[in-house]
Amino acid sequence: MSSPPTASPSPPEAAPGAAPPPRRPSAATRMLAFGRNTWRGLTSMRTALVLLFLLAVAALPGALLPQRSLNQSLVDEYFADYPWLAPILDDLGFFDVFAAPWFAAIYLLLMISLVGCVLPRTVEHLRGMRAAPVATPRNLSRLPHHASAVLDADADTVLERIRGRLGAGRRFGWRTAVREEPGGVRTVSAEKGYLREAGNLVFHLSLVGLLIGFAVGKLFGYEGQVIVLTGGGQFCNSSILGYDSFRAGLRVDGTQLHPFCVKVDDFEADYLPNGQPDSFRADIGYQTAADLAAGHTDRWTPYPLAVNHPLRIDGSRVYLLGHGYAPRFTVTWPDGQQRTGEIQWKPVDQVTLLSEGATKFERPGVTDPEQRRTNQLAVTGLFAPTSSGGALVTSVFPDLRDPEVAVDILRGDLGLDDGRGQSIFSVDQSKVESGELVRVARANLAPGEQVALDDGTTVRFDGVQQWVSLQISHDPGQSAVLVFAITVLLGLGLSLSIKRRRFWVRIHPGDGAGRSTVELGGLARTDQAGYGEEFDRLRADLLDTDLPGTGLPGPSNTDPPPDTHPGDT
Amino acid sequence: MPIDPVLALFSDRLFFGAVAVYTLAILLHAAEYVAARETVRAPALVGAGDAADGAGADGAGAAGAEPAGRSGSERFGRMAVSITVLGVLLHGASIVLRGLATERWPLGNMYEFTAAICLAVVVTWLVVLRRSPSLRLAGAFVLPPVWILMFLGGTVLYAQAAPVVPALQSYWLAIHVTTVTIASGLLVVAGVASLLYLLSGSGKAAALVAKLPSAAALDRLAYRVTAVAFPIFTFAVIAGAIWAEAAWGRFWGWDPKETVAFVSWIIYAAYLHARATAGWRTTRAAWINSLGLATVVFNLFFINMVVAGLHSYAGIG
Ligand code: HEM
Repeated sequence: MSSPPTASPSPPEAAPGAAPPPRRPSAATRMLAFGRNTWRGLTSMRTALVLLFLLAVAALPGALLPQRSLNQSLVDEYFADYPWLAPILDDLGFFDVFAAPWFAAIYLLLMISLVGCVLPRTVEHLRGMRAAPVATPRNLSRLPHHASAVLDADADTVLERIRGRLGAGRRFGWRTAVREEPGGVRTVSAEKGYLREAGNLVFHLSLVGLLIGFAVGKLFGYEGQVIVLTGGGQFCNSSILGYDSFRAGLRVDGTQLHPFCVKVDDFEADYLPNGQPDSFRADIGYQTAADLAAGHTDRWTPYPLAVNHPLRIDGSRVYLLGHGYAPRFTVTWPDGQQRTGEIQWKPVDQVTLLSEGATKFERPGVTDPEQRRTNQLAVTGLFAPTSSGGALVTSVFPDLRDPEVAVDILRGDLGLDDGRGQSIFSVDQSKVESGELVRVARANLAPGEQVALDDGTTVRFDGVQQWVSLQISHDPGQSAVLVFAITVLLGLGLSLSIKRRRFWVRIHPGDGAGRSTVELGGLARTDQAGYGEEFDRLRADLLDTDLPGTGLPGPSNTDPPPDTHPGDT
Repeated sequence: MPIDPVLALFSDRLFFGAVAVYTLAILLHAAEYVAARETVRAPALVGAGDAADGAGADGAGAAGAEPAGRSGSERFGRMAVSITVLGVLLHGASIVLRGLATERWPLGNMYEFTAAICLAVVVTWLVVLRRSPSLRLAGAFVLPPVWILMFLGGTVLYAQAAPVVPALQSYWLAIHVTTVTIASGLLVVAGVASLLYLLSGSGKAAALVAKLPSAAALDRLAYRVTAVAFPIFTFAVIAGAIWAEAAWGRFWGWDPKETVAFVSWIIYAAYLHARATAGWRTTRAAWINSLGLATVVFNLFFINMVVAGLHSYAGIG
């Protein structure tokens, strides 16, 4: 913005520390001055610039260092790799940048600065919209765009023509004001492009709205993951306990989840010949809070859940995150008792879906607690959806073409009664090391095959079920964020595409009747070049008339526009 | 989705054809630049008339170049632009054929993304030239980065035509990635303009760019192109967030790519603010714009290839 040579209101860019008090002021006055100066400093453009930089710099470690919120295991790795540095970074919050107090401090200061800057501007803009365009500067020839001519028309005619050309009073025309000066001189002040400032203000205020929407999500939202077996496995969003992992917003205690249920019937994956997945789809059914309240617990509304196609119910969303296999084993003890176990194994190779896990059994019908504890069984090892064949089982394709398991069967104390939680994917290795858990068989089994243990117990690999992992998300701030994102964009579009410009005319009545001298001046109030062309058009329309010659040199345009360029528009 | 190997092969050939044609355009621009030494500089030495050149009087640079008329420099320059147009046609056809060969939007991996950004840069440059032909000499500085990117794209980043993973099968791919591409293309042109502006005011190195259009013209080019790019970039980030909400379960999660996009956005916002802050309008603003370009390039390469994140479908090699 080239500084206007007029008395136009300058943008609120007051230098901090302006106007020092002349004499020794009282403490209260000094406090007040200090407060005022601090506030001025905080809301100045320069401060905003510094805060913007700080925010950019502060966000960078969030991309360069592993973040807890994204991947805890990478953080652990970092601790292992840099044992002396990691704890220091951790103390400073570098593994949780976007939850760190210093990060919040920067954006909160920025928001305060923004509000302090934009609110007064809004008031000023509203006032300016009602006020008449500023008076015509005394010397129009000092403006970046100017021209003058003597016309063969009297002042009234010229004035009418100018007002008509500027579209005064029309909706998208210039806003104009006509003023009188001594000696019958009249001036027209015109201004256009008010929407630029309006867009600018909308943009900035929307940023505040965006932040508030974001904060609402962080406070009242939650997100959890759960694994559900296909073939009718169900999940109801009734308590945190139903989840395998759960992240609660700061004001969420888990007692007020939004009730709904889903049931997973089937899962289908298509793969390309090279094993790259082509599509994932889970056929699920759901029941909304209203269904549940109405007692329709046997009716399920079907829904095809897919990647990029989440289920949305009552402000909650259900996503298909991943999938895997759950081999099913049946153990038959010598006394004829049977137990079937089917639990998810976890993929260790995302490409071939080779999976590992541990399916655990307790012998039924044993009353002696000691006997019961020491006769537990675990089937543990690898599962290949498409086995390579051979003694060393591995997987060559992610789809269920030729499944096989390679398992160890362990007997003894699994440690299930120790009161310590243990992974569902593995056995407690300390029990193996201490000899309380002993391997009693090792076998590669295809579906239907079984292996017999030394005591006559058999373990059969029955077949495979698929599982899907679902994410349930709830974010009450999300719609607000979308709305404000759209207004951010609209405001931005207006403020960057519209030019705020001013145009002045001074009409001197001529010496003879039917003559007048007309001076034009123009000023773009914004950084954008391109006003030159519009000014030239106005000049041509207003001054290059086909009225008979005046005897004076034609319209002159001594205009070296500093912000236009030949060929530029 | 079956891949059409013939179309894919033609796409690859056109890509290399485009690189070859751009090479020629760069050589012609270089010739134009060298030839300009004799024509433009000579009167300057005698008359020292365009001292105002670097001082910001608009059009002075252009006016200085015109008297050369149909000089050798002028002829080389015109040929360079025509050849560039040919390159754009081949380049565009290569991208279209990729899309037809794979029956999907051809922005599914880093090779395709880089190719499209390069196209966006060159098209932006041709549009700029249409509006301000006097900037043509800068072609010698705008095209080489494109050439380097395309070379990397055709070698290190190259990926066979193939279908994409389910997460990328969405119309948001077309919306989000296309707008990011356009914005990046614009921002590269703006960033190069700012870098040239900084060079021209940098004492010794200024000799290197002494024949370019006036510094003020470069500065204005940088601002205008950034002012167009910023809303497009903003839209692209918002479209990305909307897509992330459907694909990843949240609209914003500070994934490394999202974080660096945020950083770029803040830096470009700072650039636009600097343009309205006394004392920051020219040189400092140009530094900020160059920094912005650095974050965009960093996001494209470093984040895709070094940092693991949700965006790393990229399929390299
Ligand atoms: C998150 C923080 C902010 C962002 C992302 C942001 C972004 C922007 C953008 C993109 C523009 C358009 C520039 C143009 O019209 O040429 C702008 C303009 C502006 N911003 Fe900000 N802004 C932020 C904070 C602030 C703050 C804190 C202030 C005040 C201290 C401020 C004051 C202004 C002013 C006065 C303009 C108008 C410049 C002109 O006259 O053209 N902004 N802002």
